[in-house]
Amino acid sequence: MAKIVVDVMLKPEILDPQGNAVADALPRLGFKFATSVRQGKRFEIEIDGEPTPAQLAEVEKAAEVLLSNPVIENYVVRVEK
Amino acid sequence: MRVGVITFPGTLDDRDAARAVVVGGAEAVSLWHGDADLKSVDAVVLPGGFSYGDYLRCGAISRFAPVMQLVIEAANKGMPVLGICNGFQVLCESHLLPGALTRNADLHFLCRDQEIQIVNNSTPWTNSFKQGEQIVIPLKNGEGSFQCDDQTLAMLEGEGRVIARYVGENPNGSRNLIAGITNAKGNVVGLMPHPEHAINELTGPSAQGLGFFTSILNAMVK
Amino acid sequence: MALDTVAIAQTTPDNSQPFAELGLKPDEYARIKEILGRRPTSSELAMYSVMWSEHCSYKSSKVHLKQFGEKASKSDALLVGIGENAGVVDVGQGYAVTFKIESHNHPSFVEPYQGAATGIGGIVRDILTMGARPIAVMDPLRFGPADAPDTRRVLPGIIAGIGGYGNCLGLPNIGGEVTFDETYAGNPLVNALCVGVMKHSDIKLAKAAGAGNLVVLYGAKTGGDGIGGVSVLASETFGAGGSTKRPSVQVGDPFVEKVLIECSLEIFAEDLVVGIQDLGGAGLSCATSELASGGSGGMKVQLDKVPLRDPSLSPEEILMSESQERMCAIVEPNKIARFLDICKKWDVTVTVIGEVTDGKHLEITWNGELIVDVPPRTVAHDGPVYNRPLAQPEYINQVNSQRVNVPIPVTAAEIKAAVLKLAAAPNLADKSWVTSQYDKYVQGNTIQSQPDDSGMVRIDETTHLGVAISTDANANWSYLNPYQGAKLALAEAARNIATAGARPLAVTNCLNFGSPEDPGVMWQFAESVRGLADGCLEMGLPVTGGNVSFYNQTGSVAILPTPVIGVLGVIQDVRTRTPMSFIQAGLDLYLLGETHEDLAGSEWAFLHNQRVGQSPDADLQREMRLIELLLEGNSFFAAAHDLSQGGLSAGLTEMVLRHKVGVTITLDNAGIGLISETPGRVLVAIDPSHAARLESLASKHLIAITKLGTTGGDSLTINDAVILLSELSTAHTSTFPKLFG
Repeated sequence: MAKIVVDVMLKPEILDPQGNAVADALPRLGFKFATSVRQGKRFEIEIDGEPTPAQLAEVEKAAEVLLSNPVIENYVVRVEK
Repeated sequence: MRVGVITFPGTLDDRDAARAVVVGGAEAVSLWHGDADLKSVDAVVLPGGFSYGDYLRCGAISRFAPVMQLVIEAANKGMPVLGICNGFQVLCESHLLPGALTRNADLHFLCRDQEIQIVNNSTPWTNSFKQGEQIVIPLKNGEGSFQCDDQTLAMLEGEGRVIARYVGENPNGSRNLIAGITNAKGNVVGLMPHPEHAINELTGPSAQGLGFFTSILNAMVK
Repeated sequence: MALDTVAIAQTTPDNSQPFAELGLKPDEYARIKEILGRRPTSSELAMYSVMWSEHCSYKSSKVHLKQFGEKASKSDALLVGIGENAGVVDVGQGYAVTFKIESHNHPSFVEPYQGAATGIGGIVRDILTMGARPIAVMDPLRFGPADAPDTRRVLPGIIAGIGGYGNCLGLPNIGGEVTFDETYAGNPLVNALCVGVMKHSDIKLAKAAGAGNLVVLYGAKTGGDGIGGVSVLASETFGAGGSTKRPSVQVGDPFVEKVLIECSLEIFAEDLVVGIQDLGGAGLSCATSELASGGSGGMKVQLDKVPLRDPSLSPEEILMSESQERMCAIVEPNKIARFLDICKKWDVTVTVIGEVTDGKHLEITWNGELIVDVPPRTVAHDGPVYNRPLAQPEYINQVNSQRVNVPIPVTAAEIKAAVLKLAAAPNLADKSWVTSQYDKYVQGNTIQSQPDDSGMVRIDETTHLGVAISTDANANWSYLNPYQGAKLALAEAARNIATAGARPLAVTNCLNFGSPEDPGVMWQFAESVRGLADGCLEMGLPVTGGNVSFYNQTGSVAILPTPVIGVLGVIQDVRTRTPMSFIQAGLDLYLLGETHEDLAGSEWAFLHNQRVGQSPDADLQREMRLIELLLEGNSFFAAAHDLSQGGLSAGLTEMVLRHKVGVTITLDNAGIGLISETPGRVLVAIDPSHAARLESLASKHLIAITKLGTTGGDSLTINDAVILLSELSTAHTSTFPKLFG
């Protein structure tokens, strides 16, 4: 069994009010390390066995068509060891 | 004149849209998301609500419904389609309209009587308004911020494809105060606020939303 | 895993069981053994413990609540009374309306968003289970001090949760309250009301009748939500290292509930159920025992058939689970195919889990082994009944003997300052920050919503028949005099219905109190119930149902007694309703009702930290005459607005800011006149041509009437105090954004 992770983030130019809200809240709690925060989504997909190149290509396609909205989001697919 | 109103699981304003269609003078035809059947309607309305609970992204799952395949084909052939609120979101996810609707800038759901200006009255959904006419209809959503890249924005503005703009303070962070847009052919319209809730002063802030539902009759008559 | 079965229980009578950890007293445990003739299995123990808890059995309140039935005037309008999931009243034209208010206080303190969200979910299901389409919700809310850090933690989450769940269900929020008081710090009150409509023939009851009929569970899958203390049984059964994490918070999914509503209504429309119950507190334990009790008593359930989200759940946990969005229906065998079809259409999980029998017991098996074998009434209805000791607390005489000591505004400057101070007070300020997070338009039938006196919904689009609902409470008055406080809240809610031209018809209530183990609190409760029951009898309004929430306290400090009263009324034609305020200038403004020096328990007193004095006495005869006047005057009133917290000052503020049309009035003894909260008063605006008609009505109904002045202009002018509407508006609308962003 393997886990494929797809991370989806808003494109850098898109307004991210949730990320901004988090960035505003951190210093209020005493955390001063952040210059910016962006919020995204993480999909964890479990498959049987080790992922083949064909399967990864399919995951990419699914990421393009369903898991992300390419108009406003970017995605990254990786296999988690 | 038959106007289809689609119900997805979680659609909320379908009965209100159907009521508005009828008050506007057409026959409302209920369309089920799971049936690939447009029942010979002349136009389609995608109403507001929280289809599929807004899971994943608003409209992201509805877009793949069997009925949507037919809507896309019909729209490409010129059938008038109106997407209201969640309907607008479905149209963007379907790529019938450019851009995307994202979370309101202040993160709150907002329900208010919103003044908008009709800036393109040449579509089948806006022809009964005067160019530049200002109307008050309810705005009620949590993800109404219209976003797109600069190129898309330039195209929409340049081609006159913005059909309505918010008047006054930007309620949700939409680029250029965009409240509604149309496609290149001018038959598909997406609108964030809810005209179906402004069809009389008894239950709404005005009767000015009715214009969207009388326009479609004018369009068919032509 | 050692499964505790009936067979094992019969042969191991001396096994020690953790009944105390589950909240049962030794005598209650003994009683269970007596009922069963043996020790209970761990599943049975779990069922009894949760069904006999205060929350489910009402053991401390039953003896008092029966007054609602005993003192009820016979009402033909009452179709379903107390005892069912919600009361149902006949509103004419073949329509029945069901409404109820419930609390979800403690969960909302723990997890504000989900606590409030699941509170809405629960009350909506109660309405649905009566056979009705839910058509609106309301939310009376109470928080600690507005500027307290913890209020900033809970309030936004609670508002977001109510909006998030209610909006997604497609239910307009047509009203509610937001009140701040340090008494609620640590104990926010989240009361949620739902109203639904159906035809008389659609009414459904929770009874399992007809041997051979199927017990069907549908809706969400069952997980470990809300199991709480029952997990002590799980660890007993599993031994070390067996159990996974059990969430103590229930998490709701409004989409699943929306689909459940549509699916259920289609099922009801085809008359496919004999009985139905929603799964709320105590989940399956409650649903099965109540359904069985409602029928002849016999039911067999195969618990292993319950579809699970978490396969590691033990039978005890499944019985206790409070997973949301689940319903249990009794379906005749010749109708089950169609039932399953409709669930399939809506993609709703559905499973037949048992059948009605002609026996007298509820029998539950797990993989063929009998783990529950009980007489269902003993679980669902014959729980312990406590007659808790009550004693008038010492504070009553102390506070009642003291006089409120507050400054009374006299000069124009003082009058103006007082009006602005009240307008900006968190309890009276504009609540748009809250209400704009709620959809008030969905379903297209909302006629009135916040900030109007009552919420009003049209229920027939052809005849324009409508219903109006108001929820009200005054904890300050209830604190000073619980008996009068309850009556006064009842009167206020009824008056709020009548100002719009609707006739009050029925009552629901949510009684929020401290610990029933405190004789002083118990006395407050008993007095409040007595006051409400007496008041309802006098006003001819039946109590159709309600909710009790005890244990709202921090340590030994109880909240102020807070009985929230909801009144529902009917209006024949919503188009004839009287709006709360005016848009024309040149109208005459009148005050109906006399004003006395009633400062005890007022907002002005509260702002000056004065919590002493005597509450006003309710005069329900006068209130009823005022209601008749309002109903008769509906045909020519231009506007009518009830006075309550904040008195005439708040009433005038709210009226002039509604449509930004001012008034100019003269007022004798303006200071007291503006800040006093004498009950039974209404502001009315009429065209001057109707003056004689109004005076005649007032004299017919023996209601005092004072002409205050005229509408128009851009200020609220009281004698020589001139307050520009712009200034008043700024004071009124800045408070919430400043506090909550």
